[in-house]
Amino acid sequence: MAVFVNGVIFDGVDTAAADAWRLDAYVARGGYQALRKILDSKLPQEDVIAEVKNSGLRGRGGAGFPTGLKWSFMPRSFPGDKYVVCNTDEGEPGTFKDRDILRFNPHALIEGMIIAGYAMGTKAGYNYIHGEVFAEYQRFEEALEEARKAGFLGQHILGTDFSFELYAHHGYGAYICGEETALLESLEGKKGQPRFKPPFPASFGLYGKPTTINNTESFASVPFIIRDGAQKFLEAGKPNNGGTKLFSVSGHVNRPGNYEIPLGTPFSTLLEMAGGMRDGKKLKAVIPGGSSAPILPAEIMMSCTMDYDSISKAGSMLGSGAVIVMNEDVCMIKALERLAYFYHEESCGQCTPCREGTGWLYRVIHRIANGEGRPGDLELLDSVGNNMAGRTICALADAAVFPVRSFTKHFRHEFEYAIEHGKTLVDHKWC
Amino acid sequence: MLSAQSLALIDREVAKYPADQKRSAVMGALRIALEERRSTGETPEARCLNQEVIEFVANYLEIPPVAAYEVATFYNMYDMKPVGKYKITVCTNLPCALSGGVNAAEYISGKLGIAIGETSTDGMYTLLEGECMGACGDAPVLLVNNHSMCSFMTPEAIDKKLAELK
Repeated sequence: MAVFVNGVIFDGVDTAAADAWRLDAYVARGGYQALRKILDSKLPQEDVIAEVKNSGLRGRGGAGFPTGLKWSFMPRSFPGDKYVVCNTDEGEPGTFKDRDILRFNPHALIEGMIIAGYAMGTKAGYNYIHGEVFAEYQRFEEALEEARKAGFLGQHILGTDFSFELYAHHGYGAYICGEETALLESLEGKKGQPRFKPPFPASFGLYGKPTTINNTESFASVPFIIRDGAQKFLEAGKPNNGGTKLFSVSGHVNRPGNYEIPLGTPFSTLLEMAGGMRDGKKLKAVIPGGSSAPILPAEIMMSCTMDYDSISKAGSMLGSGAVIVMNEDVCMIKALERLAYFYHEESCGQCTPCREGTGWLYRVIHRIANGEGRPGDLELLDSVGNNMAGRTICALADAAVFPVRSFTKHFRHEFEYAIEHGKTLVDHKWC
Repeated sequence: MLSAQSLALIDREVAKYPADQKRSAVMGALRIALEERRSTGETPEARCLNQEVIEFVANYLEIPPVAAYEVATFYNMYDMKPVGKYKITVCTNLPCALSGGVNAAEYISGKLGIAIGETSTDGMYTLLEGECMGACGDAPVLLVNNHSMCSFMTPEAIDKKLAELK
Protein backbone atom coordinates (compact mmCIF):
# COMPACT_ATOMS: atom_id res chain seq x y z
CA MET A 1 0.00 0.00 0.00
CA ALA A 2 1.26 3.38 -0.85
CA VAL A 3 1.53 5.79 2.02
CA PHE A 4 0.98 9.40 1.16
CA VAL A 5 2.71 11.46 3.70
CA ASN A 6 3.09 14.94 4.82
CA GLY A 7 3.71 15.26 8.50
CA VAL A 8 5.61 14.24 11.58
CA ILE A 9 6.04 10.48 11.83
CA PHE A 10 6.58 9.86 8.15
CA ASP A 11 8.46 13.07 7.47
CA GLY A 12 11.27 12.22 5.07
CA VAL A 13 10.46 8.50 4.96
CA ASP A 14 10.74 7.12 1.46
CA THR A 15 8.25 4.26 1.72
CA ALA A 16 9.33 2.95 -1.67
CA ALA A 17 12.90 2.40 -0.46
CA ALA A 18 13.47 -1.09 0.90
CA ASP A 19 15.76 0.08 3.71
CA ALA A 20 13.85 3.17 4.85
CA TRP A 21 12.96 1.38 8.10
CA ARG A 22 16.52 0.56 9.06
CA LEU A 23 18.51 2.31 11.76
CA ASP A 24 20.95 4.02 9.36
CA ALA A 25 18.13 5.58 7.37
CA TYR A 26 16.38 6.68 10.56
CA VAL A 27 19.53 8.29 11.94
CA ALA A 28 20.09 10.03 8.61
CA ARG A 29 16.59 11.51 8.95
CA GLY A 30 17.52 12.95 12.36
CA GLY A 31 16.53 9.89 14.34
CA TYR A 32 17.74 9.36 17.91
CA GLN A 33 18.68 13.05 18.14
CA ALA A 34 15.87 13.58 20.64
CA LEU A 35 17.24 10.83 22.86
CA ARG A 36 20.77 12.25 22.57
CA LYS A 37 19.49 15.71 23.41
CA ILE A 38 17.86 14.42 26.61
CA LEU A 39 20.83 12.35 27.70
CA ASP A 40 23.48 14.93 26.80
CA SER A 41 21.70 17.71 28.68
CA LYS A 42 20.53 15.40 31.49
CA LEU A 43 17.09 16.88 31.00
CA PRO A 44 15.00 16.40 34.17
CA GLN A 45 12.18 13.86 33.82
CA GLU A 46 9.51 16.46 34.60
CA ASP A 47 10.79 18.65 31.77
CA VAL A 48 10.36 15.83 29.28
CA ILE A 49 6.81 15.26 30.51
CA ALA A 50 6.10 18.99 30.41
CA GLU A 51 7.26 19.15 26.79
CA VAL A 52 4.91 16.29 25.82
CA LYS A 53 2.08 18.00 27.72
CA ASN A 54 2.76 21.32 25.97
CA SER A 55 2.67 19.65 22.57
CA GLY A 56 -1.05 18.96 22.93
CA LEU A 57 -0.46 15.35 21.88
CA ARG A 58 -3.60 13.31 22.55
CA GLY A 59 -3.68 9.53 22.61
CA ARG A 60 -3.83 8.25 19.06
CA GLY A 61 -5.35 4.87 19.88
CA GLY A 62 -8.91 6.07 20.14
CA ALA A 63 -9.65 7.75 23.45
CA GLY A 64 -7.72 10.95 22.72
CA PHE A 65 -6.49 11.29 26.31
CA PRO A 66 -3.60 13.80 26.67
CA THR A 67 -0.39 11.75 26.55
CA GLY A 68 1.71 14.04 28.77
CA LEU A 69 -0.96 14.01 31.46
CA LYS A 70 -1.05 10.22 31.36
CA TRP A 71 2.72 10.14 31.82
CA SER A 72 2.45 12.44 34.81
CA PHE A 73 0.23 9.89 36.61
CA MET A 74 3.15 7.49 36.92
CA PRO A 75 4.76 7.48 40.36
CA ARG A 76 8.21 8.60 39.19
CA SER A 77 9.90 8.02 42.55
CA PHE A 78 8.39 4.53 43.00
CA PRO A 79 11.41 2.38 43.77
CA GLY A 80 10.37 -1.00 42.28
CA ASP A 81 9.75 -2.17 38.73
CA LYS A 82 7.61 -0.06 36.45
CA TYR A 83 6.70 -0.60 32.83
CA VAL A 84 6.04 1.25 29.62
CA VAL A 85 3.79 -0.66 27.24
CA CYS A 86 2.92 0.11 23.66
CA ASN A 87 -0.41 -0.94 22.23
CA THR A 88 0.17 -2.06 18.64
CA ASP A 89 -2.75 -4.46 18.86
CA GLU A 90 -4.38 -2.67 16.00
CA GLY A 91 -7.64 -4.46 15.23
CA GLU A 92 -10.29 -1.78 15.17
CA PRO A 93 -11.90 -2.28 11.76
CA GLY A 94 -10.70 0.45 9.44
CA THR A 95 -7.45 1.12 11.31
CA PHE A 96 -4.15 0.22 9.68
CA LYS A 97 -1.79 3.04 10.57
CA ASP A 98 0.32 1.39 13.27
CA ARG A 99 1.21 -1.45 10.94
CA ASP A 100 2.74 1.13 8.59
CA ILE A 101 4.71 2.67 11.45
CA LEU A 102 6.25 -0.75 12.15
CA ARG A 103 6.84 -1.32 8.46
CA PHE A 104 8.35 1.99 7.52
CA ASN A 105 9.56 3.74 10.67
CA PRO A 106 9.89 1.33 13.62
CA HIS A 107 12.77 3.26 15.17
CA ALA A 108 10.52 6.29 15.73
CA LEU A 109 8.44 4.07 17.99
CA ILE A 110 11.50 2.59 19.69
CA GLU A 111 12.98 6.04 20.33
CA GLY A 112 9.63 7.30 21.61
CA MET A 113 9.37 4.41 24.03
CA ILE A 114 12.93 4.87 25.28
CA ILE A 115 12.18 8.54 25.94
CA ALA A 116 8.97 7.53 27.73
CA GLY A 117 10.99 5.08 29.80
CA TYR A 118 13.41 7.87 30.74
CA ALA A 119 10.63 10.31 31.60
CA MET A 120 8.77 7.87 33.83
CA GLY A 121 11.80 6.18 35.36
CA THR A 122 11.06 2.73 34.00
CA LYS A 123 13.65 0.17 33.05
CA ALA A 124 11.64 -2.05 30.76
CA GLY A 125 8.96 -1.88 28.12
CA TYR A 126 6.93 -4.13 25.88
CA ASN A 127 5.34 -3.59 22.52
CA TYR A 128 2.24 -5.73 22.13
CA ILE A 129 1.81 -6.39 18.40
CA HIS A 130 -1.40 -7.48 16.64
CA GLY A 131 -1.38 -11.20 15.86
CA GLU A 132 -2.20 -10.92 12.17
CA VAL A 133 0.86 -8.85 11.27
CA PHE A 134 3.64 -11.37 11.80
CA ALA A 135 5.99 -9.85 9.23
CA GLU A 136 5.82 -6.51 11.04
CA TYR A 137 6.46 -8.25 14.37
CA GLN A 138 9.60 -9.79 12.90
CA ARG A 139 10.72 -6.47 11.48
CA PHE A 140 10.21 -4.81 14.83
CA GLU A 141 12.32 -7.49 16.50
CA GLU A 142 15.03 -6.80 13.95
CA ALA A 143 14.83 -3.05 14.57
CA LEU A 144 15.17 -3.68 18.32
CA GLU A 145 18.31 -5.65 17.64
CA GLU A 146 19.73 -2.80 15.55
CA ALA A 147 19.01 -0.31 18.34
CA ARG A 148 20.66 -2.58 20.93
CA LYS A 149 23.78 -3.01 18.83
CA ALA A 150 24.06 0.74 18.30
CA GLY A 151 23.83 1.43 22.02
CA PHE A 152 20.46 3.22 21.90
CA LEU A 153 18.77 0.44 23.82
CA GLY A 154 19.83 -1.80 26.70
CA GLN A 155 22.26 -1.22 29.53
CA HIS A 156 23.96 2.19 29.87
CA ILE A 157 22.42 3.80 26.85
CA LEU A 158 24.98 5.93 24.97
CA GLY A 159 27.38 5.44 27.85
CA THR A 160 25.14 7.05 30.48
CA ASP A 161 23.57 5.70 33.68
CA PHE A 162 20.25 5.29 31.93
CA SER A 163 19.26 1.72 31.02
CA PHE A 164 16.11 0.57 29.30
CA GLU A 165 15.12 -2.79 27.81
CA LEU A 166 12.39 -3.17 25.23
CA TYR A 167 10.76 -6.36 23.94
CA ALA A 168 8.09 -7.32 21.43
CA HIS A 169 5.14 -9.47 22.41
CA HIS A 170 3.11 -11.04 19.64
CA GLY A 171 -0.67 -11.35 20.05
CA TYR A 172 -2.62 -14.14 18.41
CA GLY A 173 -6.02 -12.93 17.34
CA ALA A 174 -8.24 -11.20 19.89
CA TYR A 175 -9.70 -7.74 19.24
CA ILE A 176 -10.32 -7.26 22.95
CA CYS A 177 -6.59 -7.11 23.65
CA GLY A 178 -6.61 -3.60 22.21
CA GLU A 179 -8.33 -2.67 25.50
CA GLU A 180 -5.42 -1.73 27.71
CA THR A 181 -6.12 -3.92 30.72
CA ALA A 182 -7.00 -6.91 28.51
CA LEU A 183 -3.67 -6.27 26.80
CA LEU A 184 -1.91 -6.42 30.17
CA GLU A 185 -3.64 -9.70 31.04
CA SER A 186 -2.57 -11.07 27.67
CA LEU A 187 0.98 -9.87 28.21
CA GLU A 188 0.94 -11.81 31.47
CA GLY A 189 0.06 -14.93 29.49
CA LYS A 190 -3.63 -15.06 30.28
CA LYS A 191 -6.93 -14.79 28.44
CA GLY A 192 -7.38 -11.19 27.33
CA GLN A 193 -10.22 -10.23 29.62
CA PRO A 194 -10.31 -6.62 30.78
CA ARG A 195 -9.74 -5.73 34.41
CA PHE A 196 -12.08 -3.74 36.52
CA LYS A 197 -10.84 -0.19 36.99
CA PRO A 198 -9.79 1.30 39.38
CA PRO A 199 -7.05 0.52 40.12
CA PHE A 200 -5.73 2.05 36.93
CA PRO A 201 -2.58 0.74 35.26
CA ALA A 202 -0.55 3.72 36.52
CA SER A 203 -0.80 2.19 39.99
CA PHE A 204 -1.53 -1.49 39.24
CA GLY A 205 -0.49 -2.49 35.74
CA LEU A 206 1.71 -5.19 34.26
CA TYR A 207 2.53 -7.80 36.95
CA GLY A 208 0.78 -5.47 39.36
CA LYS A 209 3.40 -2.74 38.86
CA PRO A 210 2.87 0.88 37.79
CA THR A 211 2.46 0.86 34.00
CA THR A 212 1.75 3.37 31.26
CA ILE A 213 0.19 2.19 28.02
CA ASN A 214 0.16 4.34 24.91
CA ASN A 215 -0.67 3.79 21.28
CA THR A 216 2.05 3.25 18.68
CA GLU A 217 1.39 6.53 16.91
CA SER A 218 1.49 8.43 20.22
CA PHE A 219 4.93 7.07 21.11
CA ALA A 220 6.18 7.55 17.55
CA SER A 221 5.26 11.25 17.74
CA VAL A 222 7.43 11.85 20.80
CA PRO A 223 10.88 12.04 19.14
CA PHE A 224 9.64 14.89 16.92
CA ILE A 225 8.18 16.73 19.92
CA ILE A 226 11.44 16.51 21.89
CA ARG A 227 13.73 17.21 18.94
CA ASP A 228 11.81 20.03 17.27
CA GLY A 229 9.90 21.29 20.28
CA ALA A 230 6.36 21.09 21.59
CA GLN A 231 5.44 24.36 19.96
CA LYS A 232 6.25 23.15 16.49
CA PHE A 233 4.14 20.04 16.98
CA LEU A 234 1.27 22.02 18.45
CA GLU A 235 1.35 24.48 15.58
CA ALA A 236 1.07 21.65 13.09
CA GLY A 237 -2.49 21.08 14.32
CA LYS A 238 -4.98 23.38 15.95
CA PRO A 239 -5.59 24.42 19.59
CA ASN A 240 -6.53 21.45 21.84
CA ASN A 241 -5.73 19.22 18.85
CA GLY A 242 -1.98 19.38 18.55
CA GLY A 243 0.04 17.92 15.74
CA THR A 244 -0.55 15.86 12.70
CA LYS A 245 -2.51 12.63 12.69
CA LEU A 246 -2.45 9.51 10.61
CA PHE A 247 -5.77 8.84 8.95
CA SER A 248 -6.38 5.38 7.55
CA VAL A 249 -8.78 5.83 4.68
CA SER A 250 -10.57 2.70 3.49
CA GLY A 251 -13.66 1.78 1.53
CA HIS A 252 -15.00 3.34 -1.64
CA VAL A 253 -12.16 5.71 -2.50
CA ASN A 254 -9.70 5.54 -5.36
CA ARG A 255 -6.56 5.49 -3.19
CA PRO A 256 -7.09 3.80 0.17
CA GLY A 257 -4.12 4.35 2.43
CA ASN A 258 -2.63 6.28 5.31
CA TYR A 259 -2.54 10.05 5.16
CA GLU A 260 -0.61 12.00 7.74
CA ILE A 261 -2.14 15.45 7.83
CA PRO A 262 -2.55 18.31 10.30
CA LEU A 263 -5.46 17.91 12.68
CA GLY A 264 -8.14 20.31 11.56
CA THR A 265 -7.84 19.50 7.84
CA PRO A 266 -11.28 19.51 6.19
CA PHE A 267 -12.70 16.05 5.49
CA SER A 268 -13.30 17.09 1.90
CA THR A 269 -9.55 17.67 1.49
CA LEU A 270 -8.74 14.23 2.91
CA LEU A 271 -11.27 12.65 0.56
CA GLU A 272 -9.59 14.41 -2.35
CA MET A 273 -6.16 13.24 -1.22
CA ALA A 274 -7.51 9.70 -1.21
CA GLY A 275 -8.40 10.14 -4.86
CA GLY A 276 -12.08 10.91 -4.37
CA MET A 277 -14.95 8.47 -4.67
CA ARG A 278 -14.26 5.27 -6.61
CA ASP A 279 -16.10 4.96 -9.96
CA GLY A 280 -17.51 8.45 -9.49
CA LYS A 281 -20.21 7.18 -7.13
CA LYS A 282 -21.93 9.41 -4.62
CA LEU A 283 -20.76 9.55 -1.01
CA LYS A 284 -23.41 8.18 1.31
CA ALA A 285 -21.83 7.90 4.74
CA VAL A 286 -18.56 7.84 6.64
CA ILE A 287 -17.46 6.21 9.85
CA PRO A 288 -14.81 8.75 10.87
CA GLY A 289 -12.95 7.00 13.67
CA GLY A 290 -12.97 3.23 13.35
CA SER A 291 -15.91 0.83 13.49
CA SER A 292 -16.82 1.76 17.06
CA ALA A 293 -17.39 5.41 16.18
CA PRO A 294 -20.91 6.55 15.26
CA ILE A 295 -21.54 6.79 11.51
CA LEU A 296 -22.19 10.20 9.95
CA PRO A 297 -24.17 10.88 6.77
CA ALA A 298 -22.35 12.52 3.85
CA GLU A 299 -23.78 16.00 4.34
CA ILE A 300 -22.67 16.20 7.98
CA MET A 301 -19.28 14.68 7.21
CA MET A 302 -18.55 17.09 4.37
CA SER A 303 -18.86 20.00 6.80
CA CYS A 304 -16.43 18.49 9.34
CA THR A 305 -12.76 19.05 9.84
CA MET A 306 -10.63 16.09 10.87
CA ASP A 307 -9.89 16.73 14.54
CA TYR A 308 -11.18 15.57 17.91
CA ASP A 309 -13.40 18.58 18.56
CA SER A 310 -15.09 18.91 15.17
CA ILE A 311 -15.94 15.22 14.85
CA SER A 312 -17.16 15.10 18.43
CA LYS A 313 -19.40 18.13 17.82
CA ALA A 314 -20.88 16.35 14.81
CA GLY A 315 -21.88 13.48 17.09
CA SER A 316 -19.13 10.98 16.46
CA MET A 317 -15.53 10.38 17.56
CA LEU A 318 -12.18 10.79 15.87
CA GLY A 319 -11.20 7.53 17.55
CA SER A 320 -8.21 5.91 15.94
CA GLY A 321 -8.50 8.02 12.79
CA ALA A 322 -9.90 5.20 10.68
CA VAL A 323 -12.08 6.74 8.02
CA ILE A 324 -14.42 4.20 6.40
CA VAL A 325 -16.02 5.64 3.29
CA MET A 326 -19.25 4.21 1.86
CA ASN A 327 -21.02 5.01 -1.39
CA GLU A 328 -24.69 5.08 -2.36
CA ASP A 329 -24.78 1.34 -3.19
CA VAL A 330 -24.31 0.29 0.42
CA CYS A 331 -27.36 -0.90 2.31
CA MET A 332 -26.88 0.44 5.80
CA ILE A 333 -28.52 -2.62 7.34
CA LYS A 334 -26.00 -4.95 5.64
CA ALA A 335 -23.11 -2.74 6.72
CA LEU A 336 -24.34 -2.68 10.31
CA GLU A 337 -24.97 -6.43 10.25
CA ARG A 338 -21.29 -7.04 9.44
CA LEU A 339 -20.14 -4.82 12.28
CA ALA A 340 -22.61 -6.39 14.72
CA TYR A 341 -21.26 -9.81 13.78
CA PHE A 342 -17.74 -8.60 14.52
CA TYR A 343 -18.56 -7.39 18.03
CA HIS A 344 -20.47 -10.58 18.78
CA GLU A 345 -17.52 -12.64 17.60
CA GLU A 346 -15.00 -10.59 19.59
CA SER A 347 -16.82 -10.11 22.90
CA CYS A 348 -14.56 -11.76 25.46
CA GLY A 349 -17.54 -13.26 27.27
CA GLN A 350 -16.70 -11.91 30.69
CA CYS A 351 -19.70 -9.60 31.22
CA THR A 352 -23.20 -10.93 30.60
CA PRO A 353 -24.66 -7.75 29.04
CA CYS A 354 -21.94 -7.78 26.37
CA ARG A 355 -21.67 -11.53 25.81
CA GLU A 356 -25.45 -11.95 25.40
CA GLY A 357 -26.26 -8.46 24.14
CA THR A 358 -23.87 -8.53 21.18
CA GLY A 359 -25.55 -11.79 20.09
CA TRP A 360 -29.00 -10.26 20.35
CA LEU A 361 -27.95 -7.17 18.39
CA TYR A 362 -26.46 -9.33 15.64
CA ARG A 363 -29.43 -11.69 15.37
CA VAL A 364 -32.01 -8.90 15.23
CA ILE A 365 -30.05 -6.91 12.62
CA HIS A 366 -29.43 -10.11 10.68
CA ARG A 367 -33.12 -10.85 10.45
CA ILE A 368 -33.96 -7.29 9.39
CA ALA A 369 -31.26 -7.49 6.69
CA ASN A 370 -32.75 -10.74 5.47
CA GLY A 371 -36.28 -9.44 5.17
CA GLU A 372 -37.46 -11.14 8.34
CA GLY A 373 -37.59 -8.09 10.58
CA ARG A 374 -40.53 -7.81 12.94
CA PRO A 375 -42.48 -4.77 14.08
CA GLY A 376 -40.84 -3.58 17.27
CA ASP A 377 -37.36 -4.70 16.26
CA LEU A 378 -35.97 -1.16 16.31
CA GLU A 379 -37.31 -0.69 19.83
CA LEU A 380 -35.83 -4.06 20.73
CA LEU A 381 -32.42 -2.92 19.46
CA ASP A 382 -32.73 0.21 21.60
CA SER A 383 -33.68 -1.79 24.63
CA VAL A 384 -30.85 -4.29 24.24
CA GLY A 385 -28.39 -1.45 23.64
CA ASN A 386 -29.55 0.44 26.72
CA ASN A 387 -28.94 -2.65 28.80
CA MET A 388 -25.39 -3.00 27.47
CA ALA A 389 -23.84 0.46 27.27
CA GLY A 390 -22.14 1.54 30.47
CA ARG A 391 -22.98 -1.73 32.21
CA THR A 392 -19.83 -3.70 31.57
CA ILE A 393 -16.19 -3.72 32.68
CA CYS A 394 -14.79 -2.35 29.43
CA ALA A 395 -16.04 -0.29 26.50
CA LEU A 396 -16.53 -3.12 23.99
CA ALA A 397 -20.25 -3.20 24.78
CA ASP A 398 -20.47 0.54 24.17
CA ALA A 399 -18.48 0.11 20.98
CA ALA A 400 -21.01 -2.46 19.79
CA VAL A 401 -23.95 -0.20 20.66
CA PHE A 402 -22.66 3.08 19.13
CA PRO A 403 -22.90 1.86 15.54
CA VAL A 404 -26.38 0.43 16.13
CA ARG A 405 -27.66 3.68 17.60
CA SER A 406 -26.11 5.86 14.92
CA PHE A 407 -27.06 3.70 11.93
CA THR A 408 -30.66 3.43 13.12
CA LYS A 409 -30.75 7.17 13.84
CA HIS A 410 -29.33 8.51 10.59
CA PHE A 411 -30.70 5.83 8.27
CA ARG A 412 -33.88 4.91 10.14
CA HIS A 413 -35.98 4.90 6.98
CA GLU A 414 -33.91 2.02 5.57
CA PHE A 415 -34.57 -0.09 8.65
CA GLU A 416 -38.26 0.81 8.75
CA TYR A 417 -38.64 0.03 5.08
CA ALA A 418 -36.99 -3.38 5.43
CA ILE A 419 -39.15 -4.31 8.43
CA GLU A 420 -42.31 -3.19 6.67
CA HIS A 421 -41.65 -4.61 3.19
CA GLY A 422 -39.60 -7.69 3.97
CA LYS A 423 -36.77 -6.52 1.72
CA THR A 424 -34.11 -3.85 1.80
CA LEU A 425 -34.64 -0.45 0.22
CA VAL A 426 -31.15 -0.35 -1.27
CA ASP A 427 -30.11 -3.02 -3.75
CA HIS A 428 -26.92 -3.68 -1.82
CA LYS A 429 -23.53 -3.96 -3.48
CA TRP A 430 -20.34 -4.19 -1.39
CA CYS A 431 -18.24 -2.87 -4.24
CA MET B 1 7.46 -33.69 21.87
CA LEU B 2 8.88 -30.51 20.32
CA SER B 3 12.13 -30.18 18.38
CA ALA B 4 15.27 -28.69 19.86
CA GLN B 5 14.85 -25.80 17.46
CA SER B 6 11.34 -25.06 18.74
CA LEU B 7 12.52 -25.26 22.33
CA ALA B 8 15.33 -22.80 21.58
CA LEU B 9 12.75 -20.41 20.12
CA ILE B 10 10.57 -20.82 23.21
CA ASP B 11 13.58 -20.09 25.40
CA ARG B 12 14.05 -16.84 23.51
CA GLU B 13 10.47 -15.91 24.33
CA VAL B 14 10.94 -16.79 28.00
CA ALA B 15 13.99 -14.51 28.16
CA LYS B 16 11.85 -11.47 27.31
CA TYR B 17 10.03 -11.57 30.64
CA PRO B 18 11.08 -11.36 34.29
CA ALA B 19 12.41 -14.67 35.62
CA ASP B 20 9.34 -15.23 37.79
CA GLN B 21 6.93 -14.49 34.93
CA LYS B 22 7.49 -17.39 32.56
CA ARG B 23 3.75 -17.60 32.02
CA SER B 24 4.02 -14.50 29.80
CA ALA B 25 5.78 -16.67 27.23
CA VAL B 26 2.83 -19.02 26.81
CA MET B 27 1.40 -17.19 23.79
CA GLY B 28 4.69 -17.32 21.95
CA ALA B 29 5.33 -20.91 23.03
CA LEU B 30 1.96 -22.09 21.75
CA ARG B 31 2.55 -20.29 18.46
CA ILE B 32 5.92 -21.99 18.09
CA ALA B 33 4.42 -25.38 18.97
CA LEU B 34 1.63 -24.87 16.43
CA GLU B 35 4.14 -23.84 13.75
CA GLU B 36 6.10 -27.02 14.28
CA ARG B 37 3.00 -29.18 14.04
CA ARG B 38 1.80 -27.29 10.97
CA SER B 39 5.08 -27.71 9.15
CA THR B 40 5.62 -31.35 10.06
CA GLY B 41 2.07 -32.73 10.36
CA GLU B 42 0.95 -34.83 7.42
CA THR B 43 -2.76 -34.92 8.21
CA PRO B 44 -5.18 -32.16 9.27
CA GLU B 45 -5.36 -33.76 12.74
CA ALA B 46 -1.57 -33.66 13.10
CA ARG B 47 -1.37 -29.97 12.17
CA CYS B 48 -3.41 -28.49 15.01
CA LEU B 49 -2.81 -28.14 18.73
CA ASN B 50 -4.05 -30.93 20.93
CA GLN B 51 -4.21 -31.58 24.64
CA GLU B 52 -0.90 -33.40 24.66
CA VAL B 53 1.13 -30.61 23.11
CA ILE B 54 -0.62 -27.95 25.18
CA GLU B 55 0.24 -29.89 28.33
CA PHE B 56 3.81 -30.21 27.17
CA VAL B 57 4.07 -26.44 26.69
CA ALA B 58 2.48 -25.86 30.11
CA ASN B 59 4.92 -28.22 31.80
CA TYR B 60 7.84 -26.66 29.99
CA LEU B 61 6.82 -23.23 31.31
CA GLU B 62 5.95 -24.63 34.73
CA ILE B 63 2.35 -23.42 34.62
CA PRO B 64 -0.86 -25.40 35.15
CA PRO B 65 -2.05 -27.11 31.93
CA VAL B 66 -5.40 -25.37 32.19
CA ALA B 67 -3.64 -21.99 32.03
CA ALA B 68 -2.14 -22.89 28.65
CA TYR B 69 -5.39 -24.48 27.48
CA GLU B 70 -7.30 -21.29 28.32
CA VAL B 71 -4.94 -19.28 26.16
CA ALA B 72 -5.02 -21.75 23.26
CA THR B 73 -8.82 -21.63 23.17
CA PHE B 74 -9.24 -17.89 23.74
CA TYR B 75 -7.15 -16.51 20.87
CA ASN B 76 -8.54 -17.38 17.49
CA MET B 77 -5.32 -17.89 15.53
CA TYR B 78 -4.42 -21.07 17.45
CA ASP B 79 -5.81 -23.99 15.48
CA MET B 80 -7.63 -26.26 17.85
CA LYS B 81 -9.42 -28.11 15.06
CA PRO B 82 -7.93 -30.16 12.21
CA VAL B 83 -6.62 -27.83 9.55
CA GLY B 84 -5.50 -28.10 5.94
CA LYS B 85 -1.90 -27.77 4.80
CA TYR B 86 -2.82 -24.25 3.76
CA LYS B 87 -5.17 -22.35 6.01
CA ILE B 88 -6.54 -19.36 4.12
CA THR B 89 -8.21 -16.69 6.23
CA VAL B 90 -9.95 -13.92 4.31
CA CYS B 91 -10.92 -10.69 6.01
CA THR B 92 -14.60 -9.96 5.31
CA ASN B 93 -15.06 -7.20 7.85
CA LEU B 94 -16.76 -4.00 6.70
CA PRO B 95 -13.79 -1.96 5.42
CA CYS B 96 -12.42 -4.95 3.49
CA ALA B 97 -15.88 -5.89 2.19
CA LEU B 98 -16.14 -2.42 0.63
CA SER B 99 -13.03 -3.23 -1.40
CA GLY B 100 -13.78 -6.80 -2.39
CA GLY B 101 -13.18 -8.90 0.74
CA VAL B 102 -16.47 -10.77 0.52
CA ASN B 103 -16.03 -11.28 -3.23
CA ALA B 104 -12.55 -12.70 -2.61
CA ALA B 105 -13.87 -15.18 -0.04
CA GLU B 106 -16.63 -16.27 -2.42
CA TYR B 107 -14.18 -16.61 -5.28
CA ILE B 108 -11.83 -18.82 -3.27
CA SER B 109 -14.75 -20.85 -1.97
CA GLY B 110 -15.90 -21.48 -5.57
CA LYS B 111 -12.42 -22.31 -6.77
CA LEU B 112 -11.64 -24.76 -3.99
CA GLY B 113 -15.16 -26.16 -3.85
CA ILE B 114 -15.38 -25.72 -0.09
CA ALA B 115 -17.56 -23.45 2.02
CA ILE B 116 -16.15 -21.04 4.57
CA GLY B 117 -15.18 -23.06 7.63
CA GLU B 118 -14.48 -26.23 5.66
CA THR B 119 -11.35 -28.21 4.82
CA SER B 120 -10.96 -29.80 1.38
CA THR B 121 -11.28 -33.60 1.39
CA ASP B 122 -7.65 -33.99 0.31
CA GLY B 123 -6.62 -32.11 3.46
CA MET B 124 -4.88 -29.41 1.45
CA TYR B 125 -6.95 -26.28 2.15
CA THR B 126 -9.00 -24.80 4.95
CA LEU B 127 -10.97 -21.64 4.20
CA LEU B 128 -11.89 -19.28 7.02
CA GLU B 129 -13.42 -15.88 7.38
CA GLY B 130 -11.30 -13.55 9.51
CA GLU B 131 -11.83 -10.43 11.51
CA CYS B 132 -9.86 -7.22 11.13
CA MET B 133 -6.21 -7.87 10.31
CA GLY B 134 -5.25 -4.21 10.49
CA ALA B 135 -4.55 -3.95 6.77
CA CYS B 136 -7.85 -2.55 5.44
CA GLY B 137 -6.07 -0.28 2.97
CA ASP B 138 -4.71 -3.36 1.18
CA ALA B 139 -8.10 -5.04 0.77
CA PRO B 140 -8.87 -7.69 -0.26
CA VAL B 141 -6.49 -9.20 2.28
CA LEU B 142 -5.93 -12.79 3.29
CA LEU B 143 -3.59 -14.70 5.56
CA VAL B 144 -1.98 -17.98 4.63
CA ASN B 145 -1.15 -20.12 7.67
CA ASN B 146 -1.49 -17.19 10.08
CA HIS B 147 1.80 -15.53 9.20
CA SER B 148 1.87 -14.73 5.52
CA MET B 149 -0.29 -11.77 4.63
CA CYS B 150 -1.32 -11.34 1.00
CA SER B 151 -2.59 -7.95 -0.13
CA PHE B 152 -4.76 -6.71 -3.00
CA MET B 153 -6.14 -10.19 -3.71
CA THR B 154 -8.02 -9.71 -6.94
CA PRO B 155 -9.24 -12.89 -8.70
CA GLU B 156 -6.01 -12.90 -10.76
CA ALA B 157 -3.87 -12.56 -7.64
CA ILE B 158 -5.86 -15.34 -5.97
CA ASP B 159 -5.35 -17.64 -8.98
CA LYS B 160 -1.63 -17.01 -8.80
CA LYS B 161 -1.46 -17.55 -5.04
CA LEU B 162 -3.46 -20.78 -5.15
CA ALA B 163 -1.17 -22.08 -7.89
CA GLU B 164 1.77 -21.57 -5.49
CA LEU B 165 0.04 -23.35 -2.62
CA LYS B 166 0.41 -26.91 -3.83
